[in-house]
Amino acid sequence: MIEVRGLTKKFGAVTAVDGLTLRVERGEVFGLVGPDGAGKTTVMRMLCTLVAPTSGEARVAGFDVTREVDQVKDRIGYMAQRFGLYGDLTVAENMRFYADLFGVEGEAALTEQLLEMTRMAPFRDRYAAQLSGGMKQKLALMCTLLHKPEILFLDEPTNGVDPVSRRDFWVILRRLVDGGLTVFLTTAYLDEAERCGRVGLMHGGRLIRVDTPAGLKQALPEACIEVRCGDPRAARALLRGMDGIASADLTGSALHVFVRPGGPDEEAVRAYLAGRGISDAQARRILPSLEDVFIATIRGEAAVHAG
Amino acid sequence: MRRTRAIARKELLHIARDPRSLIMALALPMVMLVMFGYALSLDVDQIPAVIYDQDGTAESRALWDGFRGSRYFTIVRHVDGYAQAESDLERGAALAALVIPRGFGAKLVAGERAPVQLILDGTDSNTASIALSYARGLILAHSGRVQTEWRLRSGAGEVPPPVDAQIRVAYNSELKSKNYIVPGLIAVILMIIAALLTSLAIAREWENGTMEELLSTPVRPAELVLGKLSAYFLLGAVDMVTAVLAGVVIFGVPMRGSTWLLFLSGGVFLFGALCWGLLLSAITRNQLQAYQLGLLSSFLPAFLLSGFVYAVDSMPLLPRAVSAAVPARYFVSLLKGVFLKGVGLEVLAVELGLLAVYALVVFALVTRKLREKIA
Repeated sequence: MIEVRGLTKKFGAVTAVDGLTLRVERGEVFGLVGPDGAGKTTVMRMLCTLVAPTSGEARVAGFDVTREVDQVKDRIGYMAQRFGLYGDLTVAENMRFYADLFGVEGEAALTEQLLEMTRMAPFRDRYAAQLSGGMKQKLALMCTLLHKPEILFLDEPTNGVDPVSRRDFWVILRRLVDGGLTVFLTTAYLDEAERCGRVGLMHGGRLIRVDTPAGLKQALPEACIEVRCGDPRAARALLRGMDGIASADLTGSALHVFVRPGGPDEEAVRAYLAGRGISDAQARRILPSLEDVFIATIRGEAAVHAG
Repeated sequence: MRRTRAIARKELLHIARDPRSLIMALALPMVMLVMFGYALSLDVDQIPAVIYDQDGTAESRALWDGFRGSRYFTIVRHVDGYAQAESDLERGAALAALVIPRGFGAKLVAGERAPVQLILDGTDSNTASIALSYARGLILAHSGRVQTEWRLRSGAGEVPPPVDAQIRVAYNSELKSKNYIVPGLIAVILMIIAALLTSLAIAREWENGTMEELLSTPVRPAELVLGKLSAYFLLGAVDMVTAVLAGVVIFGVPMRGSTWLLFLSGGVFLFGALCWGLLLSAITRNQLQAYQLGLLSSFLPAFLLSGFVYAVDSMPLLPRAVSAAVPARYFVSLLKGVFLKGVGLEVLAVELGLLAVYALVVFALVTRKLREKIA
């Protein structure tokens, strides 16, 4: 569905996207994950024909994004980070506008169907400006779905949306994917990335790893130990000085410690802390979250580049 | 077609739901027309004057009676000394003072030269020189009459004046300035309104983030431009009709030519002016900047370089060359031609053609600008 080879975008001297190569199959939910400024949005805009690549090539739904712009546009739905809804138009008017732009046939029935699916039917005559963040999101999604695109591009779709609405959004998305839609999304939320079929980690304009969420976790060479104690900051400072520890970072109230292969186990960590005045520490081996993987991977990259 | 219609309908909804901009679009032309129509009168008549008649004879009264009877002068009062006359001029109560010296009547009767003095407020040189020529004309006519009477009385018989100019002013026989200001004003108003209305139209989409979405849909740049244009064209056409009606009904400007030609050229001009606003909007992508640029680039050239107030032919070379690129200039010619001269396409085809060329060029520029990517 999406084929990208050596895609590069330079803005002046800055390389926003650096030699990206990627394949996404039909019916996949692919998530591009990375910190702000990693180049995720630029990749998406290039795939949606909104930004011209500096070099490399990309085909979406079988069409080239630089030479066959109109064919690509007819087959994709694009929901920008700040989706363009007209605040002074009602929900129904916004949908009609996009239906007309895409030349959708039988839009009335389709609109009803979408309004039902997203449980937005009671709000059809409300001005878009007066909708909550979650409802705006749903309206934006409906507008991009009207022309039955083959691929849906979502740029940080649930940014700034409350958790309940986010869950709703994913229920709708899941149903669409079951109907054969391909979804390509970017996100800064790693829990959202875990819902994707495959995830690409982006950092500094480069795609550093692509795998399923489970695959990424298993591929991590380091063991992860969670440490809880009364003074996690002091513990972090101590552990960073211990042999065999790759990193120690605060995650909420706990400390996630990455141990290099052959390094200390959880018992050794606990004993090390106890010997240095932190006697209430509990340590246990955990399966790393995608966030852990992400941080560890970026750290590895940085080390490679520094070395 | 469906996409163009969708854009136009959406744009009309924006306009209808923003009462402030709607009122601005519809009321501003009327306000400007009335304000400029009355304030920008370049006619000089009813010049306030004082009379200082030291002579007080039937002969001196006959002279200032001529001033009183003329529509160019209004006699404010009679004064008894230079001090009073000067104070009236200083306060601006009078713009002219006519001083008739003692012995004026006696000299006339005796057939001698009889001088009179005219004091003018020269602050506004234009008004002063017009007042001067009116006064000179009145005095000359009066002395002609005196001369004739004198010859008759002395038995020399009637001698006809050597040259008698029969003047006919064509197209604006009363030389009323509103007759040429109002048609020009219609062009200025349309240019400003059109450029201002549309200057926001594309910048707003960029600022709201809707432009990115529009560009990802199959809508083509030309459809986007045409859709937006047709919505604002409707508004501009309403403005044009109200301005023309107001000109004819309120200001009594004669409408001698073809109404069809008037509205055809109005439509072509409006199309170009709307495109200009859209172009600024597409380039700046910023509502405030586009608005300011729209105001500057429409108001100043349309006002100063269009021949609306200052005749293009009497401009120095440089401004005259610049004015060739100002579409309002051709529209002002068209309007004056149709309103006052009643001429048709046989005379105005070049102006209309140039307006059409301008409109198409700017339309092509906007369309090309919108074909550009986000970055």
